[in-house]
This record gives sequence, C-alpha cells and structure tokens, in this order.
Amino acid sequence: MPKVTVDGQEIEVPAGATVLQACELAGKEIPRFCYHERLSIAGNCRMCLVEVKPGPPKPQASCALPATEGQEIRTDSEMVKKAREGVMEFLLINHPLDCPICDQGGECDLQDQSVAYGRGASRYHEHKRAVTEKYMGPLIKTTMTRCIHCTRCVRFSEEIAGVDEIGALYRGEDMQITTYLEQAAKHELSANVIDLCPVGALTSGPYAYEARPWELKKTLSIDVSDAVGSNIRIDSRGREVLRALPRNNDDVNEEWISDKARYQVEGLTRRRLDRVFIRKGGKLAEASWDEAFKAIAAAKPGASIAAVAGDLLDCETMFAAKALLKASSSTLLESRQGGMDYDCSNLAAVNFNSTFAGIEEADAILIIGSNVRMEAPLVNVRLRKAAKKGAKVFILGPQWDPTYPAEFLGEDLAVLSNLPQAVADALKGAQRPAVILGGAGFARGAHAAAVKIAHDFGMVKDGWNGFNALHMAAARMGAVMLGFVSKGGLSDLVEAKPKVLLALGADEVDFSRFPDSLKVYIGHHGDKGAHSADIVLPAAAYTEKPGTYVNTEGRVQRADKAVFAPGDAREDWTVLRALADALGVSVGFNSFHELRAAMVAEVPALGNEGELADYGALPKSVAGNAMPEGSISAYPISDFYLTNPIARASAVMQRCSEELTHGATFAEAAE
Amino acid sequence: MANRHLAPDTPELRAEWGDFAFTPEWDAKAKAAIARYPEGRQRSAVMALLDYAQRQVGEVTGTQGWLPIPVMEYVARYLDMPVIRVVEVATFYFMYNLVPVGKFHVQVCGTTPCMLRGSDDIIAACKKRGMSKGHTTADGMWTLTEVECMGNCATAPMVQINDDNYEDLTSERLDAVLDALARGEQPKTGTQEPGRHTSEPANALSSLKDMVRENHDYRGEW
Repeated sequence: MPKVTVDGQEIEVPAGATVLQACELAGKEIPRFCYHERLSIAGNCRMCLVEVKPGPPKPQASCALPATEGQEIRTDSEMVKKAREGVMEFLLINHPLDCPICDQGGECDLQDQSVAYGRGASRYHEHKRAVTEKYMGPLIKTTMTRCIHCTRCVRFSEEIAGVDEIGALYRGEDMQITTYLEQAAKHELSANVIDLCPVGALTSGPYAYEARPWELKKTLSIDVSDAVGSNIRIDSRGREVLRALPRNNDDVNEEWISDKARYQVEGLTRRRLDRVFIRKGGKLAEASWDEAFKAIAAAKPGASIAAVAGDLLDCETMFAAKALLKASSSTLLESRQGGMDYDCSNLAAVNFNSTFAGIEEADAILIIGSNVRMEAPLVNVRLRKAAKKGAKVFILGPQWDPTYPAEFLGEDLAVLSNLPQAVADALKGAQRPAVILGGAGFARGAHAAAVKIAHDFGMVKDGWNGFNALHMAAARMGAVMLGFVSKGGLSDLVEAKPKVLLALGADEVDFSRFPDSLKVYIGHHGDKGAHSADIVLPAAAYTEKPGTYVNTEGRVQRADKAVFAPGDAREDWTVLRALADALGVSVGFNSFHELRAAMVAEVPALGNEGELADYGALPKSVAGNAMPEGSISAYPISDFYLTNPIARASAVMQRCSEELTHGATFAEAAE
Repeated sequence: MANRHLAPDTPELRAEWGDFAFTPEWDAKAKAAIARYPEGRQRSAVMALLDYAQRQVGEVTGTQGWLPIPVMEYVARYLDMPVIRVVEVATFYFMYNLVPVGKFHVQVCGTTPCMLRGSDDIIAACKKRGMSKGHTTADGMWTLTEVECMGNCATAPMVQINDDNYEDLTSERLDAVLDALARGEQPKTGTQEPGRHTSEPANALSSLKDMVRENHDYRGEW
C-alpha cells in the first residue's frame, strides 16, 4: 500500500494503482481520452500528464505510471497546466471545427476538455488532415476526420468483444482507424464503441441528427431484450424514445449493452397497437374498450380463464394477471411460451447462482445447450474474462464462435450421463467449477442432469454455487418467483381448454393449440400474438410503464416510465384492473402503488431493489430424467436481432438481421 | 510521407493470389523464424513472414515484391492471428509494399541530412528519367518512392534500390547507377564517392577526435 502525496495531500493507494488512479482517489480530476477503466492502458493521448517527483523534470503520463511509495504528484502546477494546453492544442490541430454539425456535440469529451483545459484559441493556420469515412456496419456512423487515435475502439473489440476486427492502419499522420476491408462490425456488442469514442468519430447511425443531448429527458430503465437485465438509460423527447444508453452497474452489465438492447427502441414507434381491435368475420376491426370488455364478459369465462405471459413483461403486470385469475378461481398461468415444462418448484434450480460477476472467477465451465453470445452477450463477456484467467470451457451443442478457447463436446445429450475423462478431470480438479444450462438444454430436458452434475462434481459448496440457468426472457425469473408457471407447462393450459386465454405480450405461443378459446392479446406490438388474437387490447411497452424485472441471476431491478404509450394504449395493469371490473371480480388494488405493495407482500424479495433474491440451497434433484437422451441440434435463437416483437418491428434490427446474420449487402447512400 | 494505400480487394486479385502458399524454401525459413520465439508467441514472427511472403511474390513477379490482401490473409492463417493485426503491421512499415512495384524500386531518402546534401537533385534526376513519386513507369521498370531516414546520413544523399544502397550520390552518379541497372548490370553498391570505402570520414576528422588515440571518456566535458 504505497503512500503518495497528491497536491500536498497524503493518501494511501492500493498496490498496483497508477498515478492517475491515485489522483482520482485524492479527488483530483485528470483529463484523459485514451485511458478507460475497463480497457488496457495505451498511454497515447498524453492528456493525463502530471508532474511527478522523483522522476525526470518533465510531465509524465499518469495513466501508464505506477504509483510508488513517496511520490509527490502535482496536478495543479504551472507545468501541468501548460502541458495540458499543449496536448490539447496538438489534438485539435487535425480535429475539424464541426461541432455544430457533430452528433457528439454536448456530450463530447474533446469539447468538454478543451473548454476546461485548452488554451481557448488556436495558433494553427496550416492545412488540416482529412480522412475518408469508413464503413463499419449499419449501426456505427463514422466521421474519421474527427478521430484522435485514442484506440479505445480497437482495444474494446480486441479485449472485451473478442473479435479482432477494428485496427489502426498506416502510421503517424496517415494513421486511420478502420475495420478489416471496411466490413461491417459483426458483433453483438459492436455499438459500444460509440459510447467509448471520446469524440464524434464513431457516432450512432440510427440516431444521427435526431436530437441534442440537452433536449432529452433521461429515465433510468432496465433492458428487456434478454434476461441479463442490463441497466439502461432511456433518452426521450416528447412522447418518443430516441435512444437507449448503458448505465454503469459492475454486477450486471458493467458498462456495456448489446446492440439489440441499444437499438430495438427504434421499434417502439412502429407496428404499435394503439387501438382496441375485435375480430369480426375473420378480420380485426377497430372497436372501443367498452365493446371489448363486453365481448370478453360475454364469453362468461368464470374459472375457465388462462393467462400466458410474454418474455418482456414486468412483474407488476404478471402479478396483476395472477390476481385477476386468482379472483376468478383459476390457476392456469404459464410464462414459458415455447411449451417448456422444466421443474420450477425450487427457484435455486432455475437461477444463475454464480452471479455474473461470480462466473468470472470460475475455473472450469460446462455449458449445456447455450449459444451464450446470442442468448446473453454480456454473460459471454464474463465467460471470456474467466477463460482469459485460465478457465477451461466445455460446450455441449452445435458449434458457435465463443471468442475464447472452448472445447465442443458434440450434440449428443448422452454425454451428460458419462462425461469424457478430460471434462470430468477438469471439473473435479477445479476450485470453482460451474455448469451453465441454456435454453436448448432446458428444452431438451437436460435440467435434471445438470443439477446432478452440479452435485456430482461438488459445484455447490461454501461461498460458491456453480449451478447456473441462463434464461433468455427478461420476464422469466420474475414469472417463476410469482408462480406464473404450471407444472406441465403450456400443455396444462391446452388440456384445460380455457374459455378465455389472456396473452400478455405473448407472441411465441402456438395459438392453434387453443382453437376454442377466446384469445385476448394484451400487448404493444402487432406481431404474431395480435395476428392470432380475437380481441386486441393495446398496452404499454417497457419504456412506457414503471416495472420490476428480475434478471437470470435473481437480481430485482426497477425501471421507470419514460414516455406515455401511444394512442389508446394503457399501462398493462390498468387494462387488467378494468378487465376485472368487466368480469365482476375484485383484484384488491386500485392504484399502481397498491398493486406493487400487494406484490411485495406476496413475494417480499421483489421489494429489494438491486439485490439478489435468496432462493436457498440447490435441491438434491429436480423432476426429470437425469440420464437424458437425444441431441441438441439447434439453439433457440437463430437470429439475434429479431428475438422479440419490439426488435422485429425495428427497421434497424431488420437491417442488422439481413446484413449481419444473413449476409446481404447494401449499397451505401452515395453509390 | 508517401501516399500509401492497400491494393483494392478485387475478384481479379483473389484469382491471382488467392491460392498463395509458401514454397518449400520460404516455408523452411518461415518455420525457422517462428522457432525463434517461445511457444505460443508465434505471431511475433509476423514481420519476418511478411518479408518472406513479399520476397516470394517478388520472385514470381520479377520485382521486389508486394503484399496483396490474400497473401496477408495467408500469413495471418499461418500464424493463427487476426488479419487486421497483420494488415496493421504491413501498413505501418515502409519496407512492405502495399501495391505492385516495378523491377527496380527506387527509394530516395528525403529526410533532413539527405535533403541538405542534395536529395532534391536526386529526386529531380529520377523525375527527369520519367519516374514520378508513388508510381511505376509504364515499362514496369522503375518505381519511385520518397522515404524517411535510412540511416546512411554519413554518406548522404542516398537511394535504396531493392535490397541495395547507393550512397554519396549526385545526379550524374545516380544516372550511372540507373543506366547500369537498366542494362542488366550490377553496379557497385554502397558509396559512389571515388576513394571512399564505406562511411568513414570523407575528409579529415571533424568530431570525436580524441577517440583516435584512446577510448576517450567525453562525459566530463559535457
């Protein structure tokens, strides 16, 4: 623990800290462009210069200098001020003065720091450098003349994303950042370089020229595109959501989000259900709320009412639906739309127990039936970190590119009953072995086998629980916590032949299995669910209602309402509350506040925002065959960009799907 | 600085170089280069391999050689590293040609010592013979490139033609060298100054005179 003096203030810093970190600990602001906490140190922008004694009598780059015992660091001397002004002036020599037409304006590191640390005027009168734009795919807009060569994007794609596709070509004045042969960046996290770029060289393509940052209302929210529960910020203006940005949360998404989380919000203004529809003569026709509720009441469901929850739902909506069914004396609840029926009686057996931060510490990982890159890109980032630390990774299922060394064990599930010697040895010899059961693993009935492996190889011990279920639906953990599941899955509901089927944003259900039910779709997008519905009640998307979400590691998080739902659409719980009146039952709440209080009273863990729910110990076994047969021939997600109704409605995601998943080529605007 | 750029990735280029592979001789050299580095650090040999690949291309084309995109991809596969990292190296160093060059690649040093000793005349002489910077003459014989310091300042001005240096040049001496090359002869390499062997002092000693007598320690005089 070296002691250093920063501007006369003596502080103790952790061993291995840099001078820049020491200065931050002392509360000093150090300007920087290339340095980033989550990337390796490059030391090439020179903006973080400070004066350090002992050492050569010149300013030193604090980001790359280790803090050592007895250093005297000055960040407020004349030398430091002049050094910063000098660096700033050099950086601005080749930077165009196009802030008025630059999308980074208002949230630009270069702009802010030149105001704070620059000279105020340029002495440069020669020609400025100009660089041609580079194509980096449909999401990233480039204006490479603005690039200051901090190489954050290069380091991100190499170190975090694990796909070496961005590089710095040529040298000196001619240096240019580009993707290989200007191919589109093919990675689910590619758009994070937009946030990393300290200038306006890489900006958001779909958001280009939409708004200035100071016009936007910022709302804290939770992403629903996968079960990671990334913390996001919704930026909106008026009634429109303009963009989603990641928030820092070291336990969940660090500071990244997937491209789908970032750009599916574009789909929030398209294909929206903003009117009530009733199917008349085979066609959906506009109707009023009153007519719709009367039509549902006319079906006289009584206890013969079932509810299927979609993948994007908040806990409050599911609780309201459950309360409605409970008041109607029905228990026909299900959230696993695809028809899966794994055992949910013990929540620890369907949870990501290691936690995302914890899985980084695992040293042997068996992944059963999961293409983690598609199903939870940010978990794959964690697995990549574990693999970099030396973890051995084995994957059961078809081949995919994990971005780290992994051994594929084939597609045959019988492998689980008799693991190859190398895998068994690796798991046995590991300090913190882990198993990750993905969507295809659940679907093929590998649940019991995975729990058995967790016990057989001592994955559950003091301070470590290596059993992990990786879900894909943002609503899944909330649903199982609320008991929104039936023992036999969707088949239980089919067998019950309900008079009324409530599809709550459920678009992946095979509605042909409910031929005689009155299908009421309560949701926000005109997708598969609305196509099959008899009555469509417009509801709110995740940005349009406050809600509680539980991610796949059991973390309870809350999102706020950013904008109002369009047209006649209402928040889901109000629709269900009104439906309760129409059906003549009492659900016991009249306001969102009462609803949430009732929900927390029933499931107290849902009241602990930001905390992991405690599900107790992993059960000795779960229902199902511990010696599964058959094979995992495919993963549930075939197209990463089109997994939910919002993303499917988004033109940006459609283009990504065509270009990045299916390899179509598009002519650029200028061609 | 030269205006460097990658040769466009066209179907013709792929057709010509798509199946590039090291000949047994170059392959042996490549393996030897990789063996110089510890296990798992094979990508450290990328510079050597790019040079070998360029020379093999040179043997095929009868020039100094260059690095088409498919060849860089071959080197990347050979070393199991991302192509973009190979391209970064190849575009950084001027010794790797990114576009085809003529039979004789005339690289004129234009850095300060050479410039003070008359490199402008050398470039003018080259241009007079029909060369222009960054281009190959129509007959495929000459490519002119202006480069930065080649480390021959004591015998400035200089040009490097393929693997050989020609130093202490005047425009006449350069013409003699280029004429000889054009005739298919191999002119004397190194200094062109009559009576001078290598880079020894051209006239009398002007600096570090005490070094003649002993291994003199100058530090006290600084």
